[in-house]
Amino acid sequence: MAKVRGAIVVDIEACKGCEICMVTCPNQVIGMAKEVNGKGYHYAYMENPEGCVGCANCAIVCPDGVITVYKVKLKQENEKTR
Amino acid sequence: MDIKDIIKPENLVYKKTSLMQDKALSYCPGCGHGTAHRLLMEVIDELGIREDTIGVAPVGCSVLAYDFMDIDMQGAAHGRAPAVATGIKRCWEDKYVFTYQGDGDLAAIGTAETIHACNRGENITIIFINNGIYGMTGGQMAPTTLDGMRTSTSPYGRELGSMGHPIKMTELIAQLPGVHYVARHSVHTPRAVRRTKKAMFKAFEVQKERKGLSFIEIVSNCNSGWKMTPVKSNEWMEENMFLYFEPGDIKVDGKLVEKKKIK
Ligand SMILES: Cc1ncc(C[n+]2csc(CCOP(=O)(O)OP(=O)(O)O)c2C)c(N)n1
Ligand code: SF4
Ligand code: SF4
Ligand code: SF4
Ligand SMILES: [Mg+2]
Repeated sequence: MAKVRGAIVVDIEACKGCEICMVTCPNQVIGMAKEVNGKGYHYAYMENPEGCVGCANCAIVCPDGVITVYKVKLKQENEKTR
Repeated sequence: MDIKDIIKPENLVYKKTSLMQDKALSYCPGCGHGTAHRLLMEVIDELGIREDTIGVAPVGCSVLAYDFMDIDMQGAAHGRAPAVATGIKRCWEDKYVFTYQGDGDLAAIGTAETIHACNRGENITIIFINNGIYGMTGGQMAPTTLDGMRTSTSPYGRELGSMGHPIKMTELIAQLPGVHYVARHSVHTPRAVRRTKKAMFKAFEVQKERKGLSFIEIVSNCNSGWKMTPVKSNEWMEENMFLYFEPGDIKVDGKLVEKKKIK
């Protein structure tokens, strides 16, 4: 079975810190930064990047459309030898 | 695996459609208007009908929609979008025409324009954002405000005896023969977003086939007007709005959908 890894990129200055992405992520990847952006909002970031599977759920519910999602399929060790 | 190796152009799975301008949206943090805008633009993008689509946005928080949607747009006076859209569509039958209206717009000041455009069966699509309140002007009671709901003009909660019942515009217009497709959805969860997007595809399909009016209500939040955090407002919406404004198909292929009886 191929494993999947994902990653998100948040446009920090455009994020409004609404936390909707955070509660939507099935793998609790997203946290809100302690720092604020230029608008004064605590922006979203990958707190647990290892957990991201690139499902894009966070991105499709982000009201401001500031999340971009990437995904790769990883081949497992035994698959390589086949 | 390093994050840098994942974030590469060839691994891209989702990014905002180029039909949304890069401008920051004027909406409050967490407001469903932004999600609804983006979905609509994604659908138009994926259908490849950008050059053939004209949107009409009247007054409400989304009055600036023309600033955010990178397609041809026309402003309209409060409530009059269906009349303006009628004019555009009748002059230009091959174009896709939609309106984007709030509940204060569609269910109050624009009730007549909306009902009659529906009754005439204009070949347009109406996107109706129902957040149960006048968001733009500071959270006043709308015809759609729920029983007991507090707003700035119903500070003790809506009282049905003196203030009337919340109006279900979507069920009302579904009765009209000119209306071909009617559905109610939301945009607060991934699943809801996918359903709404599917409904939007269908609505434009109906328009293409000239079968009559297509109407999609999106039950949405107004966290500022409801005085809640965005996350809390979405929960409140599920627990309260959905009981009265039930999500699902209401009319498909010109036929009213029978409600499944709960045993
Ligand atoms: C002719 C006219 N009457 C009243 C107003 C004031 N007004 C602006 S927006 C609005 C209500 C908008 O509510 P809604 O359509 O629900 O949009 P929302 O902001 O909630 O998305 C009102 C009454 C106006 N701009 N024009
Ligand atoms: S949903 Fe979007 S705007 Fe809201 S916190 Fe997440 S990234 Fe920021
Ligand atoms: S892509 Fe999926 S797993 Fe990754 S952060 Fe977003 S919601 Fe979570
Ligand atoms: S006032 Fe309400 S509807 Fe308007 S942008 Fe803010 S949350 Fe959205
Ligand atoms: Mg409203």
